[in-house]
Amino acid sequence: MSYDLSQFYPVFFAEAAEHLDAMESLLLGLNHQAPDAEDLNAVFRTAHSIKGAAGTFGFTDMAELTHILEGLLDRVRKGELGLSDPLVDACLQARDVLHKQLATHRDGAPSDPDAASVIADRLAAFSISLQAPQLASTSASVSAGLVLEFYLPGSVPDQALLAEKLCRELSDFGNTHVLSSPSVEGQLWRIHIESCEDAEGAVGVVEFLAHDVHAITDESGTIAQQGGARKIQEESAFGLFEPEPAHADNEVESAYGLFSENMPTPNADSGDDSYGFFSALPPIAETITPPANKRLAANVDTTIRVGVDKVDLIINQVGELVITHAMLQQIASALDPVTFERLHNGLAQLERNSRDLQASIMTMRMVPISMAFSRFPRVVRDLSVKLGKQVELKISGESTELDRGLIERIIDPLTHLIRNGLDHGIESPVQRRAKGKSEVGLITLKAYQLSGTVVVEVGDDGAGLDRARILTKARERGMQVHDAMSDQAVWALIFEAGFSTADVVTDVSGRGVGMDVVKRNITALGGRIDIESMVGIGTRMTVRLPLTLAIVDGMSVAVGGESYIIPLGYVLESLQPDDAMVKRMGGVERLIQIRETYVPLIVLHELFGVRNALTDFSQGIIVLLEVDGRRAAVFVDALLGQHQVVIKSLETNYRKVFGIAAATIMGDGRVAFVLDAVALVSKANAAVQAAA
Amino acid sequence: MSKEALGHEYLSFLLGGEEYAIDILRVQEIRGYEAVTSIAHAPAFIKGVINLRGAIVPIIDLRIKFGIGLAEYTAFTVVIVLNVGERIVGIVVDAVSDVLTVHDEAIRPPPELTSTVDLRYITGLAMLDERMLILVDIEGLMLSSEMALVDESIS
Repeated sequence: MSYDLSQFYPVFFAEAAEHLDAMESLLLGLNHQAPDAEDLNAVFRTAHSIKGAAGTFGFTDMAELTHILEGLLDRVRKGELGLSDPLVDACLQARDVLHKQLATHRDGAPSDPDAASVIADRLAAFSISLQAPQLASTSASVSAGLVLEFYLPGSVPDQALLAEKLCRELSDFGNTHVLSSPSVEGQLWRIHIESCEDAEGAVGVVEFLAHDVHAITDESGTIAQQGGARKIQEESAFGLFEPEPAHADNEVESAYGLFSENMPTPNADSGDDSYGFFSALPPIAETITPPANKRLAANVDTTIRVGVDKVDLIINQVGELVITHAMLQQIASALDPVTFERLHNGLAQLERNSRDLQASIMTMRMVPISMAFSRFPRVVRDLSVKLGKQVELKISGESTELDRGLIERIIDPLTHLIRNGLDHGIESPVQRRAKGKSEVGLITLKAYQLSGTVVVEVGDDGAGLDRARILTKARERGMQVHDAMSDQAVWALIFEAGFSTADVVTDVSGRGVGMDVVKRNITALGGRIDIESMVGIGTRMTVRLPLTLAIVDGMSVAVGGESYIIPLGYVLESLQPDDAMVKRMGGVERLIQIRETYVPLIVLHELFGVRNALTDFSQGIIVLLEVDGRRAAVFVDALLGQHQVVIKSLETNYRKVFGIAAATIMGDGRVAFVLDAVALVSKANAAVQAAA
Repeated sequence: MSKEALGHEYLSFLLGGEEYAIDILRVQEIRGYEAVTSIAHAPAFIKGVINLRGAIVPIIDLRIKFGIGLAEYTAFTVVIVLNVGERIVGIVVDAVSDVLTVHDEAIRPPPELTSTVDLRYITGLAMLDERMLILVDIEGLMLSSEMALVDESIS
């Protein structure tokens, strides 16, 4: 009889991914000369947890690989095997393979069994010479019986089957007996395991499916309450077991003061700043780290995991509430304000409340940028090894929040900027010494909020951009350049398609297929990127992004009977034209003269085929847009006002329409379209160039 | 009694003088026609989009698409909101007539005649007393490229 475990797969995928991330950052933080015992334990536990869970759910490929990895890590933590760079590299590779395997199970990505066997062999090679001592150590460990107490989730239809499955999993740890099996759901289960050596592992297996897990040794009671510290967070996300500090405290008290140096705390600042001082001044480490631990634990306890779709649903519903209010307001506006004073007051209050509610719910979509930043230590480490450079990555402002949707889409551009800085910016150690710099290059990654935008800076203390070389390359590519160009204009050249100044094309960068894509991606998000650079000092790329993709500040304009929203970020100005300002070019394309310059004109009602719109230019309004330094003017009937609008995808139920970025719902409940300023401006400019 | 013997439930609606029927499980709701926001460069039968409790839903007038019936919009014009392939779309028809149970044995294959609706999407004809129902695979029809509802790259 088999029990359908597939309902727990999403939980497993989420947790396994978390464990893999934790494993990576722990491995990267290990001090090879004097590894901290608690860190080694933590790494071991991540592997162990994945193994147990993968086995339970029948993902044998992951279970097998983690089994080997776990064995190796176990030996390392027992001091039978010394840490070395190749060993950590192998572990990191194994972690990557596991990550791919996870993706295979989750998304159906193509699997690569060869990679798994290659890395398995490599891991096994480390432990072959050390078979003998292991026997001695296991026989020395204490065996004791263990009683596990736990509750099974009420959502499971057949609890007895689930318990049976659990017992089978637990039999790896020793012979099992069910001591009490409640007939009513929500009552305590008790399972006894004979001579269990790995109480923690057993708890891990149970916690995957059950909650409120307590482990009690039947002789001494020394590991009682193991699961107690994790009780609170279990309620909504049963089985969320991470190697968090609370857990760690139980085991190795003596390592307390030191271990957060290498822990993946959200605030890595203290760790980074104390780099180099750590060994010399241990007291500092001791005073700084305990608060960091507590904060982390507190964060975990007060967090619940909620699906994005649920949040989006609430956002929609609140949007509806705001619209309903607008409808009531409209009806009430016809009523006498004196007679119906209380109604009007009530409506005003309702408006305030619903706006507040909307604003609060929007913050639920915001997540710390550390979700994106956390992967960069690995990127920098791998790349600096590959390039033979010594590089330190300094991250600050990880707690800066921005929209979840944005996080996913800035990872690639940021990765590219960092790789670029490392490859082209930072010099080789020899060159750096010759210049009198420290051999260790520095890459800084910094995020902060600035007046409604999020700014991310990627800096390096490398050679800086070479103005002369960029100009030479630009000429070779036939670009229009001259020596008197401003630095800013010269730096902007590296964002042109196919531009690369690398002398040697490496597999890291240098094919010139990067910076233009970076810029395009960032512009598509409504952001922009600026470069500052000084020869010999370094380069800094500054990316500015909107806080959220879900709301946009827009200007609503009328065209015929329709209204459209123009994102305010692209609007330079609006003005009333007269007929003389509009010129024809090439018979079709129109230009409008604005002061000294000619700008392509987009007649919105022609573009969108709207009837009953104004056709006389002198009666309407021109809105001047600028995207990336290129301009276009949009002709509309009238300006209606400024709004914050909630962005709705048109593609959910329909498809992409040229010139329209998204849809939104106006105060009266009708749908209005948000103009795609980026596409409109670039098409208008291209059309004018073609006509010229 | 097995489900087969019970037959399937269909929602029938009128288009011109003809009676069509679609799988009731595809129907999310039926509502009155309301003003739409028209979409640039869309085919004439795509009237535009509406706000359906926060979702942006395209509205298709089947009367225009099939060239039958009078495409006028009155207080009695109805929209059938459908759930097709994870999408929500609304269709305008002359009138909704009935919810019917059609037994499989009552369904005849469609004749090989030219028809306003592409024969690929007609699953059969059902005779009920004096009425003839044209059974339409509404999901296939709505997601087909001729409806222009879905990006080519996706479909």
